[in-house]
Amino acid sequence: MADSGIGASVKRKEDFRFLTGRGTYIDDINRPGQTCAYILRSPHAHADIVKIDVAKAKVAPGVITVLTGADYDKGGVPCGWQIHSKDGSPMIEPPHFPLCKDKVRHVGDQVALIVAETYALAKDAAELIDVTYKEQKPIVSTGDADKPGVAQVWAAAKNNTCYDWHIGDKAAADAAFGKAAHVTKIDLVNQRLIPNAMEPRAAIGDFDRATGDYTLYTTSQNPHVIRLLMGAFVLQIPESKLRVVAPDVGGGFGSKIFHYSEEALVTWAAGKIQRPIKWTAERSESFMTDAHGRDHVSHAELALDKDGKFLGLRVSTKANMGAYLSTFAPCVPTYLYATLLAGVYTTPAIYAEVKAVFTHTVPVDAYRGAGRPEATYLLERLVEKAARETGIDRVELRRKNFIPTNAFPYQTPVALQYDSGDYFSTLDMALKASDWAGIETRRAEAKKHGKLRGIGISTYLEACGIAPSAVVGSLGARAGLYETGSIRVHPTGSVTVFTGTHSHGQGHETTFAQLVSDGLGIPIESIEVSHGDTNKIPFGMGTYGSRSLAVGGSAIVKAMDKIVKKATRIAAHLMEASVADVEFKNGTFTVAGTDKSKTFGEVALTAYVPHNYPITELEPGLEETAFYDPLNFTYPGGCHICEVEIDPDTGVTKVVNFTAVDDVGRVINPMIVEGQVHGGVTQGIGQALLEACAYDKDSGQLLTGSYMDYTMPRADDLPNFKVATHATMCTHNPLGSKGVGEVGAIGSPPAVINAVLDALAPLGVQDISMPATPLKVWQAIQAGSGRMAAE
Amino acid sequence: MYDFGYHRPDTAADAASLLTKNGEAKVVAGGMTLIPTLKQRLAQPSDLVDLGGAADLKGIKIEGGGITIGAMTTHAEVARSGDVQKTILALAVLAGGIGDPQVRNRGTIGGSVANSDPGADYPAAVLGLGAKIRTNKREIAADNFFKGMFETALQDGEIITAIHFPKPEKAGYCKHPNPASRYAIVGVLVAKTASGVRVAVTGAGPCAFRSKELEVALGGSFSADAAKGAKIKSDGLNNDLHATAAYRAHLVSVMAARAVAAAG
Amino acid sequence: MLTVSMTVNGIAVSADVEARTLLVQFLREKLGLTGTHIGCDTSQCGACVVHLNGKSVKSCTTLAVQANGAAVTTIEGLAAADGTLHPMQEAFRDNHGLQCGFCTPGMVMSAIDLAQSHADLSEAEIREGLEGNMCRCTGYHNIVKAVKAGAQAMTAAMRR
Repeated sequence: MADSGIGASVKRKEDFRFLTGRGTYIDDINRPGQTCAYILRSPHAHADIVKIDVAKAKVAPGVITVLTGADYDKGGVPCGWQIHSKDGSPMIEPPHFPLCKDKVRHVGDQVALIVAETYALAKDAAELIDVTYKEQKPIVSTGDADKPGVAQVWAAAKNNTCYDWHIGDKAAADAAFGKAAHVTKIDLVNQRLIPNAMEPRAAIGDFDRATGDYTLYTTSQNPHVIRLLMGAFVLQIPESKLRVVAPDVGGGFGSKIFHYSEEALVTWAAGKIQRPIKWTAERSESFMTDAHGRDHVSHAELALDKDGKFLGLRVSTKANMGAYLSTFAPCVPTYLYATLLAGVYTTPAIYAEVKAVFTHTVPVDAYRGAGRPEATYLLERLVEKAARETGIDRVELRRKNFIPTNAFPYQTPVALQYDSGDYFSTLDMALKASDWAGIETRRAEAKKHGKLRGIGISTYLEACGIAPSAVVGSLGARAGLYETGSIRVHPTGSVTVFTGTHSHGQGHETTFAQLVSDGLGIPIESIEVSHGDTNKIPFGMGTYGSRSLAVGGSAIVKAMDKIVKKATRIAAHLMEASVADVEFKNGTFTVAGTDKSKTFGEVALTAYVPHNYPITELEPGLEETAFYDPLNFTYPGGCHICEVEIDPDTGVTKVVNFTAVDDVGRVINPMIVEGQVHGGVTQGIGQALLEACAYDKDSGQLLTGSYMDYTMPRADDLPNFKVATHATMCTHNPLGSKGVGEVGAIGSPPAVINAVLDALAPLGVQDISMPATPLKVWQAIQAGSGRMAAE
Repeated sequence: MYDFGYHRPDTAADAASLLTKNGEAKVVAGGMTLIPTLKQRLAQPSDLVDLGGAADLKGIKIEGGGITIGAMTTHAEVARSGDVQKTILALAVLAGGIGDPQVRNRGTIGGSVANSDPGADYPAAVLGLGAKIRTNKREIAADNFFKGMFETALQDGEIITAIHFPKPEKAGYCKHPNPASRYAIVGVLVAKTASGVRVAVTGAGPCAFRSKELEVALGGSFSADAAKGAKIKSDGLNNDLHATAAYRAHLVSVMAARAVAAAG
Repeated sequence: MLTVSMTVNGIAVSADVEARTLLVQFLREKLGLTGTHIGCDTSQCGACVVHLNGKSVKSCTTLAVQANGAAVTTIEGLAAADGTLHPMQEAFRDNHGLQCGFCTPGMVMSAIDLAQSHADLSEAEIREGLEGNMCRCTGYHNIVKAVKAGAQAMTAAMRR
C-alpha cells in the first residue's frame, strides 16, 4: 500500500466532482415545493425597535409569510462555553433570539423573515416592511467599550463587560519583574478579520408532513453540534426528529462552526408553512453576519535577566465579543489564547488578564487559529522588540529561551503540558531554507533599486486536536470534544468509513481512506468516506481546531482495531487455527508456520454469509464504531520566516520569500499537508498586510462590507512558498499526528510584521500595526523620517 | 434587482430613440458597473437599452494619425489591438490593466467614460491625451467632458459612439491600485503633445482632472525627476479607508514619475 | 417575461425569464447547471466565471438576455462524456489546485481562457491573470502550478 497508504501524496478522491461542477453545496440543493427566504436586517448598529408594520409585505405578490420577533416563540441561540470571572462569578450571557424583539444591536441584526415563492419576490416584499427605529449611539471600539459613559449593549453587562478573567501566578510574575535586568513593553492590536469562506452561508429548512420530521441542510463544519444546539436549546425538537445535513461545504475557517440564527429560522418557519425554505446569504450579508475573528487590544511586558533569559511575562488583553455570544466565543481569548502565552519558551512565571467586552458589532468567534494567532503575534512581536532593545541577536534570543528538546513532557505555567516538540530543528531548517545568513547581500542589492528589504522570523507553538473532554469540561465547555469513527465492511470487502468530522476542503475523503487502506490492506478505491449527515453518522463533534486527523482519525484507527480483532477471530475459525497464531498483514490473514491464508475480502464475506462461522462466540457482520476522547491537546510548532521588499515611494510591501517549517507530527498525505500550510500562511499574510474589518466609530456602520473595501489576498499578492515538515510524534494518540489546519495562520503574521519592521528600521520606524497596508507603511516612513530628522 | 424592460437595438440611432421614448431608461454597455448597481437595488430604471447589438459602435481604426475606438469596444480588444499598441502604447497598457480579465472581456470604453467613476482608468487617458468624445449628437472635447463624480457633459438621450485619441509624441500611464477593489487610488497619464504636456489624474479627486503643477513641471523638463519634484496639494483630494488625501497627493507625483519613465 | 435561447455546452436551450435574470441564475436555476457558483455580489470573486463565445466572463454580472444567441461553456461542459477530464481539470487534480472546490469551477474556466490567450505563461502572468478569481483555501501556490501545467498540457494536446 506504499502508493496509497500513510505517507503517500495520494491525489484526492473528492476532486473529480469538484472539477466537473458536480459538487453539492447547499445552494445547489432544491427540495420539492421549496420557497425562498430573505431576511430584513437592521441598518443601524444600535436602535430600539418602536414598531414593525408588515401588513403590506404580507399581501405582496408571492409572499407566503412574514415573521418578526413578536411571532418568535422559541428559544434563543445558546453559547457553548461558560467562563467565570476572577471573582468566581459566571460570565454575563445575554439572550440571543433569532429575530430581534425590542432592540437591534449590530448592523445586520435580524429584524424580519420574509418567505416567498422566489427570492426576488421575498426581497421585493421586504421593501414594503415599515420599521420604526429609535436610533441610539453605538459603541464599537474594543479599547473603549469598558470605559465610563459609553453606550451600553446589555443592561446586565455593566461597563459592557462579559467577564474579567485571569490565569497564571500574579505574585510569581510580579516577583520576576522585580529582579529583571531588562523589561520590554509593547501595546498591540490584533485586528478584527472577516472570515470570507468563498461559499456564502446557506440553509434549507424542510418539514416532512407525513412523519413530522425536520431536516436542516446547512453550511456547517459540525452538523451534529448544530442538531444538538438547535434541537435541544432553540427549537426543542428531539434529535430523533431532526436531521442535519452538511454536504459539500465551500470552506469554513471557523465561521461555519457556530449555530446561526438563520438555521433556526428556516427550520422553525418550514414547520409553520409546511414547505421547505431556502436561505442563501448574499456576500454583503456574509460580511455583516458571519462571526468575525480576532479583535484583541493588548498590553504585554517581558522581564529578562542580564543574559536574555526570560523571567516573566505579564499580559493584559481586551477581547471583543460583539453584540451576542457566539457558540465558542468566550473560550477563544481565554483557553485558546492565554494558555498559549508560554509559546516555545521556558518563561517560568506568566500572568494574564483577559476582559471580554460587548460592542454593537457582529459577534466574534473562532477564526482559523482562534486565540493561538493572537498569542503568537503578541509573543513574537514582544521577543523581537526585546532583541532590538537588548542588542541580543533575535535568533539567539529565541534559541536561548527555547524549551529544550529533552524537556518533554513540559509543564507550562499556564495550564498546558506539551507532549513533544523540537523547536531547534525547525528553526535551523527554516534558517537554512530561507538563506537567513544571506539577507545582507539581498538587502544591499534591493537598496540599489531603491527598495527596502527585510526579513522576519516567528517561532511558534499551538495547541490543537481539541480536546480532552474532562479538561475542557473543567474549563467551561458545555460539551465533550471526543470524536467518533465507524467502519462498515461490506460483504464483498469494500468499506464505508463514517466520521463525525466534516471535510470542507481538508481532503478527509482521501486522508481517512489512506488510513484505512493502510490499516486493512485494501485498495483505496474500495473505501468511501462518509460525513456530514446526522442520519448516517452515529455522532460527531465536527471539524475545527485542527482536530480531524488527531481526534477523528484516531477514532477511525480505534474502530479499525476492533474490525481487525473481530476479523482475526473469523479468520482463525476459517483456517482452524488459534487466534493467537493468526497474523494480519497487507490485507491477508496467515497462520504462523503454515501456508494457510485468507484475504480480508474472504473474511468479510464470511461475516455476512456465515455458513461456516463461530456463531456461538461471535455475531455475524463486520461493522464497528469507536469514540475517541484524546488524553491531551496536540502541540504543533515550528518556524516561519518571511522576507519582504518595500517600495518606499508607495509603501507597497511585497512578500518575496516565505518559508514555513512545521512540526505537525506524523504526516499521512504530504500533498494535502502542504496545501493546508499554503492556505494558512496566506490567511496569515492576509492578516499581516491586507485584511481588516473596520466599523465607523460614530455610526457603527460596517465600512468594509464588500470586496471593494475588504482586501482579500489574491494570486498576485503572494509568492510561492517554501514548505517543509519536521516531525516529532504526538505521544498520546495512536497516529502520532498533531494537526495542520491552522499552523500557517498562527505562525505567519508576526514573521511578516517582523520583516516589515526589519526593512523599515533604517528609516527610524519602530512599530506598525496590522495590516501593514501601503498607506500605513508610507505614513510610518514619513513619521520615522521626521523623527530621525528631528534627532 | 428590480425588473425592467429590455431592448437590444441594432444601431446607435435606434438606441437613442428608445432612450427618448422611455424617460426612465438607462443604457447598458458592458454592464460592469451598472449590473452590480442594479443588483444592490441602488437604481431602478424602467428599461435597459443594451448597446451590445449595435454593430456601428464597435471597432478600432486609425484616423488622422490618431486612433478612434468605438464605444462598445471592450478593454480586452483595446489592450490587444496592434493598431492601438503601435499608435498609443500607453492606451493599450492602460486598457490591459483595467479590472481583471473577465471585466476586460465585457467592460467597454464607452461605458467607462460615460460613467466617470472616480477610480476608473479610462478618464485619465481621455483627458490626458486630449481625446474627443463623439456622441450621437456632437463631439465633445475631453476638457469639457468630466464634470464630477459620476457626472459628465452627456445629456439625456445622448450616447457615446466613439472616442478619438490624437497621437501624442510620447505618453505613459501608471496607477497605484486600491488593494481591495483594484480600482485606481491614483492613476496618472502623462502625454507630451505638439501643443504641450498634458497630465491627467484619476482616482485622486471626484473625477479625472488635469494637474497644472505636473504640466508645468513636465513642460520644463519631461523627466521622472521633474515629476517627483512637483509638489501636489492635497486640498480637495479624496480621503478614505485606503488612502488619505496627503497620501494621494504624494502618489500623484510618484505615479507621474513612473508614467514618464514608461513613456520612454 | 422574455424568451432567451443560447447554446450551453453545445446544447441548444431556451427558456422564459424575467429581464432581471442574471446569466448565472439562468444556468443554475433554469438549466440546473449548479457547477457555476455565486460567491459575491460585486463581481470580484470569480466563482461564477463561464465562457461566453469563448471568452471568460462573470456570469453574475451578465444578464441572461445579454447572452441570447451566444455560445456558453460552463464547468460541466469541459470533461468528455466518458469522464476524461480537460487537461486543465486534470492539472488542478494533479497539483492539488483545489481544496473546498467552491472557487474551482470559476478558477478553471478563467485558467483555460488565460492559457488560450497567452503562449508560454510565466508565473507572474498567471498570478496577474487570476486577478479576477479569489480562493480562500489554497494560497494560490498550487493553483499557479496547476495553471502552468494545464496550459502546457493544452498546448501539447493542440500539437497532437
